[in-house]
Formats: sequence, structure tokens, C-alpha cells
Amino acid sequence: MQGGNITMAQAQSEIRYLTPLSVDTKKKKYCRFKRSGIKYIDYKDPEFLKKFLNEQGKILPRRITGTSLKFQRRVARAIKRARHLALLPYVTDLMK
Amino acid sequence: MYNYETVFILTPVLSEPQMKEAVEKFKTVLTDNGATIENEELWGMRKLAYPIQKKSTGFYAFLEFAGEPTIVSKLETAYRRDEKVLRFLTFRQDKFAHEYALKRRSLKKNAPKVEETPAEEPVAEAPQAEVNEVTNE
Repeated sequence: MQGGNITMAQAQSEIRYLTPLSVDTKKKKYCRFKRSGIKYIDYKDPEFLKKFLNEQGKILPRRITGTSLKFQRRVARAIKRARHLALLPYVTDLMK
Repeated sequence: MYNYETVFILTPVLSEPQMKEAVEKFKTVLTDNGATIENEELWGMRKLAYPIQKKSTGFYAFLEFAGEPTIVSKLETAYRRDEKVLRFLTFRQDKFAHEYALKRRSLKKNAPKVEETPAEEPVAEAPQAEVNEVTNE
């Protein structure tokens, strides 16, 4: 009886994982405009706006860029103005 | 009185004096209707991201002005009547845009480099670089 208990305890203490437990260390997304205090997004700067477009020239969703809703609207407006003025394309392939 | 900004694209077939003349024409449209021109920038010849009226380049001009709201429709009819204009955009600056515009203007004043130089590639690049600095601050 006693000997059995000891072996049980030993076995329990020796639970080891082959790979270390994956603690979720996802980097928190943040809104770059809030963090850096940018209040106005300029449509005249297509290089900056390209950060918010995918290769086809579509606007990236908030869930990918982490932009807050307020600034996502402003980004979208700036991009649309830039597109109208042919500073950015409406449709394209392999923009980057 | 509100602050407005407008950008228009002229066809690339015009000669340098013709372009200046067209820009002057729109400036007089504004001043005749009681607006004051706050800032003027000629971005020069730039490549368009997509062809407009089968043209792949255009001459960009940028104006900032203060005036009454009725002036915008007058300016835009002038744009529409003019065949030299490929594209235009006019809008009222909100308070953030106005702050930004003032900052941009003061930056330009402190570093007066390429403004009236003939339309070439570096001219088109220079204002863009300036903007970059402002937005990334």
C-alpha cells in the first residue's frame, strides 16, 4: 500500500511536457494614430496610405491593422480622396 | 468664412505658360468671388495611378483658400467648363485638416526649396517627402 502511494506521488511530480506550454503571447494590436497622436490623415501622401492597402489596392480591415474606428473612417476617406486624384489606384495587382 | 482646399489636374499637353495661365484663371475665379488665397502649390507633372481620358500623366495644382460656401459651386462649374482640367477635388477643411495645413505651410516656409522650379520628377517628389515627415511625427 505505502510503496504504491510513493510511486504515485513521484509519477505526478514528474509530469513533463515535451514542448513548453504555449502561453498566448500575441502582440496586442494598437491604433497607430492614437499612439502617435496623429489627428489628420493626409490624402496627399500616397506612400503613407499604402500601409493600409493590400496588394490589390483594397483597404485593409481594422482587424488586421488595429486602427481604431474613428481613424479607420478617416483613413478610408483619405484613401478615397487619393484614389480620386489618381494618387492611388482603384484596382491593381502587386502594388508592393 | 470657411477654409477650403482644392486640387486639380491639368492635361499634360499644355505648355508651361499655358499651365500657369490656367492656374491663374482659377485663382481669379476665386478672388473675384471674394475668397482669399492662402496657399498655392504647383506639384508639377506627376504620373497618374491610372489613366484619365487616356492620359497617363498630369499637372497637379493645389490651392488653399478661405471664402463663403457658395464659392465652391462656382469654382467647380469653372472646372467643368474647362477642358484642360482632367480631375478636381474641393473640400472644406475640418479643424484637424486646417491645423495640419497651417503646420505644413510653416514647414514649407522654413524650408523654401522646390516650388517654382520647372516640372520635373524631383519636384513631384519633394512635397511628398515633406508630407511624410509631418504625418510620421
